[in-house]
Amino acid sequence: MAFVDRTVRSLFLTELLAGMWLTLRYFFRPKVTLNYPHEKGPLSPRFRGEHALRRYPNGEERCIACKLCEAICPALAITIEAEPRADGSRRTTRYDIDMTKCIYCGYCQEACPVDAIVQGPNFEFATETRAELFYNREKLLDNGDRWEYEIALNIAKDAPYR
Amino acid sequence: MPKITINGREIEVPAGVNVLQACEMAGIEIPRFCYHDRLSVAGNCRMCLVEMERAPKPIASCAMPVGEGMVIHTDTPAVQKARNGVMEFLLINHPLDCPICDQGGECDLQDQAMAYGYDRSRFEENKRAVSEKYMGPLIKTIMTRCIQCTRCVRFATEIAGVEDIGMVNRGENAEITTLERAIDSELSGNLVDICPVGALTSAPYAFVARPWELRKTMSVDVMDAVGSNIRVDARGREVLRVLPRLHEDINEEWISDKTRHVRDGLSRQRLDRPYLRIDGKLRPVSWEEALTAVAERLRGLPGERMAAIAGDLCDAESMLALKDFMTGLGSPNLECRQDGSKVGGMGAPRSEYLFNTTIAGIEQADAILLIGTNPRWEAAMVNARIRKRFWQTGLPVGVIGPNVDLTYRTLWLGDGPEALHALARGEGDFAETLRKAKRPMLILGSGVAARPDGQALVALARSIAETFGMAGPDAPEGWNGYNLLNRVASRVGGLDLGFVPGEGGRDLEGILSGAERGEIDLVWLLGADEIDMSRLGEAFVVYQGHHGDAGAHRADIILPGAAYTEKNGTYVNLEGRVQLGRLSVFPPGEAREDWTILRALSEIVGQPLPYDNLGEVRQKLIEANPIFGRLDEVRPAAWEAFGVAGDTVPVPFALPVNNFYMTDPISRASPTMAECTELFVMPKLAMTGTEG
Repeated sequence: MAFVDRTVRSLFLTELLAGMWLTLRYFFRPKVTLNYPHEKGPLSPRFRGEHALRRYPNGEERCIACKLCEAICPALAITIEAEPRADGSRRTTRYDIDMTKCIYCGYCQEACPVDAIVQGPNFEFATETRAELFYNREKLLDNGDRWEYEIALNIAKDAPYR
Repeated sequence: MPKITINGREIEVPAGVNVLQACEMAGIEIPRFCYHDRLSVAGNCRMCLVEMERAPKPIASCAMPVGEGMVIHTDTPAVQKARNGVMEFLLINHPLDCPICDQGGECDLQDQAMAYGYDRSRFEENKRAVSEKYMGPLIKTIMTRCIQCTRCVRFATEIAGVEDIGMVNRGENAEITTLERAIDSELSGNLVDICPVGALTSAPYAFVARPWELRKTMSVDVMDAVGSNIRVDARGREVLRVLPRLHEDINEEWISDKTRHVRDGLSRQRLDRPYLRIDGKLRPVSWEEALTAVAERLRGLPGERMAAIAGDLCDAESMLALKDFMTGLGSPNLECRQDGSKVGGMGAPRSEYLFNTTIAGIEQADAILLIGTNPRWEAAMVNARIRKRFWQTGLPVGVIGPNVDLTYRTLWLGDGPEALHALARGEGDFAETLRKAKRPMLILGSGVAARPDGQALVALARSIAETFGMAGPDAPEGWNGYNLLNRVASRVGGLDLGFVPGEGGRDLEGILSGAERGEIDLVWLLGADEIDMSRLGEAFVVYQGHHGDAGAHRADIILPGAAYTEKNGTYVNLEGRVQLGRLSVFPPGEAREDWTILRALSEIVGQPLPYDNLGEVRQKLIEANPIFGRLDEVRPAAWEAFGVAGDTVPVPFALPVNNFYMTDPISRASPTMAECTELFVMPKLAMTGTEG
């Protein structure tokens, strides 16, 4: 009996038709894939992407070189050097993040008392060389300027839950 | 010995201690801000409140002397509540700027707020703000952070002996002020250490590092002969700060400003590779070329035509290596006394060149005679100890020589040898004072011993010591009040090692005049920068050291060595106490530890030194003098004959140090020390018209 059943199924191509039917059904359903990079999925406001150093609205950089992010970083990816600026305020002379070491845990933004170092929504920062992933202060501040709108929006969205 | 009960445990404590100390003896920590072991009790921070039975209110434990049968509670809810309340009041006006505060991470207030504070503030009014005060180039002030504990005021008045800091106004308007004058004290750096909050912080160290990122090395200081115990904090390859380390017999818990702030000189003017003078110009060469060039020069040179001078910052290991090296080549011309002093020559008793009373011993003295010395600048910690004794008892201090402000009351007896002669004859009131004193002591300046008539003056001081029962048969049992105040860190170690002219050897004057006349062909300077380089004539000069100073300028070959934070070295302080300095960072560039340079050269010369590692060098040190085998120990030196009685020259004593902040190659390279010199020393020189 099993022999007949198998023979009939292969003779009438029922399995193929079943497959075709499934394909046809999916053909009329909404798509789950995205046409990346032209289309992108939604991101949580808490998404931890590329780092950025923010500024105050008046253009003054927020970072005060307290070194808490450096202290808490579990991957030891952050290196900071500081000295008094001409006006006597405490500022960094060096703020490096080794993005190849970073594990994107987000502790640095948690530790920051002035919301200076944040992990923004950008995750598209692949580079061709390793050296480009050693971020310095200028790069991070530049990131901050570039992403300030999104970062501020995300922080505002997340604020009720903090 | 009163018995008291603390938290249900009965303990016996010495009479005269306060409740806070008694609790500490019982192993219970009491939080405090204003109380400090070495300062008088102020009792104004109220953090140390504890409960005492039969007392209506909590008591300030620091200000309450222990009484028989007291019952103290430190862990009751009432005590907890009192501490919480005090902490809340302290935090009312304290800014929440820990992230930008240099004290962050090592702040008493931060730590105690974690332990005793509420987690949020109920204070909604405006916080008060206080304007910054000027305290000189070493101390940065952020007075809004001040909690008015007055530790700084008490430190300045009691220990530093300068009444430059005070408190003005009262209540909420109270503030610490200096009346906009820099604190002119060589101990001012300690204000930063005793400040329990971030109101006073170290200006050269401002924002440089956080305490948790520093590598700490326990070491000793070489800026003077005291051998203060220090902690060297480094990050990466740079020493970032120097802090005092507790040593009751030497520096207690203070250090001088030079010790603390000289560290920026360690990264400037460094010799980081060998140089060879080719056609009159120093050119960088490799180690091999440099050592071969030296070996070339040494080949066939008779021992008496070469000489070695050891400098002020040398460790015993390198001096031993150089001594063995020179002796191996047959040279007796060794000298570690750059100032030309004759004290401590071959076979001299140790008591001649030691601070026999010991620094802690000053606290038993009841009369002090200072001869041609300014201990404030030559050995700041010794002066602090004399000041401490003066603060306790007001003991009489006589001064012969320049009459400088030593931060305590002194009696000026004269400015030269005549006054010393008069005292030896027993003339004057001070002679009477000394005669009556039970434990009198004299401190002879190194500048006096270095005079041409130094040996006669040493003999004279010795006779005074014996006449007035300071030392010798008439002195009390175990008391030796004869002290030579050595000024440089390498001196006692060098003399203990016998780094002095051997049989038929030349002393400093002999070496210099020999070089001038062409009788000396090669001079080895082991970090020696204080001699008159112009007198080295045509001699070939090998400079082994770490800073490009006078010696390096004159040198024909420079062999880069390690500074005191960059090597494991043995130093002997002025009391004769052997201490170990430890490597904190590695020497820069191609520089090497000094004894290894000599070891490498000895191989090329064909007379290898008999040691290959530090352990073996130390073994040889102990063989050379068993003293080196006893760390951190002072052995009383036998009182034997020294000094050569003779005529003294009636010239007033001059001080060997005319600028406290710049005495050696490291401090001369330090920008902070230069700033201090300009601010504190230059005006004084201008006042006396000796600025030239």
